[in-house]
Amino acid sequence: AGLPHIARAAGPRFVVVGGGPAGATTAKYLKRMDPAAEVTLIEANPTYTTCFMSNEVLAGDRDIATLQVGYDGLRGHGVTVVHDRVTGIDADAKTVATAGGESLAYDRVVVAPGIDFRYDAIEGYSAEAAEVMPHAWKAGPQTTLLRQQLEAMDDGGTVIVSGPPNPFRCPPGPYERISLIAHYLKRHKPRSKILVLDAKDKFSKMPLFLQAWEQFYGYGTDNSMIEWVSKTDGGTVTAVNPATMEVTAVAGTFKGDVVNIIPPQKAGALAFEAGLVEDGWAPVNKGTFESLVTPGVHVLGDSSVAASMPKSGSSANSQAKAAAAGALALAKGEAPPVPHLANACYSIGGPDFGFSVAAVYAYDDFENALKPVAGAGGVSPLDAGAEARRRELFYAHSWFENIKADIWG
Amino acid sequence: LLAAAQEAAGDPTVEVMAGACTFCHGPDGNGLGAATPSIAGLPVETFEYMMQSYREDMNPSTVMGRIARGYDDEQITALAVYFGDKPFERLPQPWIDQALVAEGKDLAAEYCESCHENEGRDGEGVGILAGQKLQYMRFSVADFLSGAREMERRQARKFRDLMDDHGPDGFEKILNYYASVK
Ligand SMILES: Cc1cc2nc3c(=O)[nH]c(=O)nc-3n(C[C@H](O)[C@H](O)[C@H](O)COP(=O)(O)OP(=O)(O)OC[C@H]3O[C@@H](n4cnc5c(N)ncnc54)[C@H](O)[C@@H]3O)c2cc1C
Ligand code: HEC
Ligand code: HEC
Repeated sequence: AGLPHIARAAGPRFVVVGGGPAGATTAKYLKRMDPAAEVTLIEANPTYTTCFMSNEVLAGDRDIATLQVGYDGLRGHGVTVVHDRVTGIDADAKTVATAGGESLAYDRVVVAPGIDFRYDAIEGYSAEAAEVMPHAWKAGPQTTLLRQQLEAMDDGGTVIVSGPPNPFRCPPGPYERISLIAHYLKRHKPRSKILVLDAKDKFSKMPLFLQAWEQFYGYGTDNSMIEWVSKTDGGTVTAVNPATMEVTAVAGTFKGDVVNIIPPQKAGALAFEAGLVEDGWAPVNKGTFESLVTPGVHVLGDSSVAASMPKSGSSANSQAKAAAAGALALAKGEAPPVPHLANACYSIGGPDFGFSVAAVYAYDDFENALKPVAGAGGVSPLDAGAEARRRELFYAHSWFENIKADIWG
Repeated sequence: LLAAAQEAAGDPTVEVMAGACTFCHGPDGNGLGAATPSIAGLPVETFEYMMQSYREDMNPSTVMGRIARGYDDEQITALAVYFGDKPFERLPQPWIDQALVAEGKDLAAEYCESCHENEGRDGEGVGILAGQKLQYMRFSVADFLSGAREMERRQARKFRDLMDDHGPDGFEKILNYYASVK
């Protein structure tokens, strides 16, 4: 309850659901692009905790407070921010309903609820089991829990990390996590091991991660801190038992002292409740991010199918500008702009060891595709050398400060 | 082309395109991060030159080569006009060593000011040093000194003189000074 009364302004009315990178950027840029627009952001939590750089928290190299942002920045741009949970969208009446019992009218609505987990894909795994075997794939208390477990573990313990099948939030994220947990263990619990049970045979930036693992963690030797079990070798996790700390994969059952299950994923619950999903994710027009299922509703960020753009904070931020411009144009009966977007993700493999993947995307309206521009993009060169890796770590941390400012500042 | 691009600066297509730069460079091209350079307020030709030289791998970069190859000349001009119109913001850089600034100012006057005019705020085709990120300028100087980034003859002579007279500390003082300019 207690939603502010919203007077009808001259501009179009937008309701944005979800104050993560996708939703918060859209709300901010709607106001920037048209100060007369009436923009209401509905976000469940008063504070957002970024997943990006949360792996540094796990390593003990960063305070979780640096991941936390509030919404006063958006209020300063003229966005009305409401903390409530959206329970449904009535696309015929053009209203959004909240758990607090409010109903908000819109001309266009933007839905960016992020991901949810396919708990049913792993027998024994659930929201309750995640209190013992954290996913830490939505940052906040789960991040703190996994950090505490790593700190409490004895030297010589085994950390099990499960790699999810595609598509999932942040393709390089699990491997950065493995690297940074190894970085922590090497300094504090050097006899410990990390067992990676993966549902894939290859992963994002794989040669660069393997280079880091060889350089820092003995990968490829008998003394490797990290053991990676691919899908072909039976890495796919099928069941867990939180009571015994056992993880069952195709290859067999393993016992961990700390178990980090990164489950298979799907679009955020609201995208399902609002009927925007096909095959687990929300299909959209990739020029405007308008739903292909329900007109007038835009879906972007991790919830949408924006393949070939990976599910990342940078992608969400870039897409949000196209969604804002597109929604504004459509609300006014104008032609939406043709987007030219980009993604870039930094990863940290160890001390002074940063690297990146980047791509630029041009919209092809005939095929409804965001196509990587040929000749552009790619990963940091494998032979770039120590100085380039050192610089990319600086740039990774700069990216983190600058994207936070661009989204919530 | 320029007139067309000027018009395009208010165009949503350009704003969306520029939105693919700001998650690294910060809102309107000005970031708080310690290393990524601010890209606001550059003269259009300087901005175009930097993008083109990244694209052709004529200028060393960690990531900009991979990014710049995603834009044609017309798009680069539109981006140059868009960011050129934004003020270069001199955001706080708490890592600056204030103890080096006064001496750096004197050294800069002697070795750099002939090209980096008005306390490094402008100058013909030289970018902006005043308030630019300290860490980025260190990387740039390292690249000039190693030969990875090309220098014109007069600039190279000044770099050599400064190195001979004051060593690496001389550069450190100058860069802390330029970073501190408000
Ligand atoms: C370990 C890790 C590391 C990562 N590192 C990087 C990185 O280095 N670079 C990068 O670019 N990306 C990174 N990512 C990915 C990035 O975090 C996600 O892609 C990004 O958060 C997606 O943004 P979003 O807005 O779509 O979703 P989310 O960030 O999940 O935001 C959704 C928001 O919607 C709210 N919400 C959901 N349902 C409702 C409802 N019904 N009512 C009201 N509010 C609701 C939620 O509370 C949440 O705040 C990483 C992810 C992980 C897990
Ligand atoms: C992934 C991060 C990232 C993205 C995205 C990015 N940049 Fe950069 N930019 C950098 C970094 C890092 C540098 C320093 C050179 C290097 O190492 O690549 C830089 C340098 C520059 C410079 C040189 C500044 C100077 O004064 O010397 C310009 C101009 C520039 N970028 C423009 C752009 C434009 C335009 C875009 C979008 C089309 C863009 N950048 C997108 C990270 C990024
Ligand atoms: C004779 C002219 C000249 C002198 C003197 C000169 N510079 Fe420059 N400087 C340039 C030019 C030209 C560029 C742009 C180089 C390019 O296009 O890649 C530049 C670029 C730079 C840059 C990179 C800026 C960016 O945005 O990428 C730095 C840092 C720099 N100079 C530092 C110095 C310092 C320190 C001194 C004094 C020791 C100095 N320069 C003296 C001409 C000069």
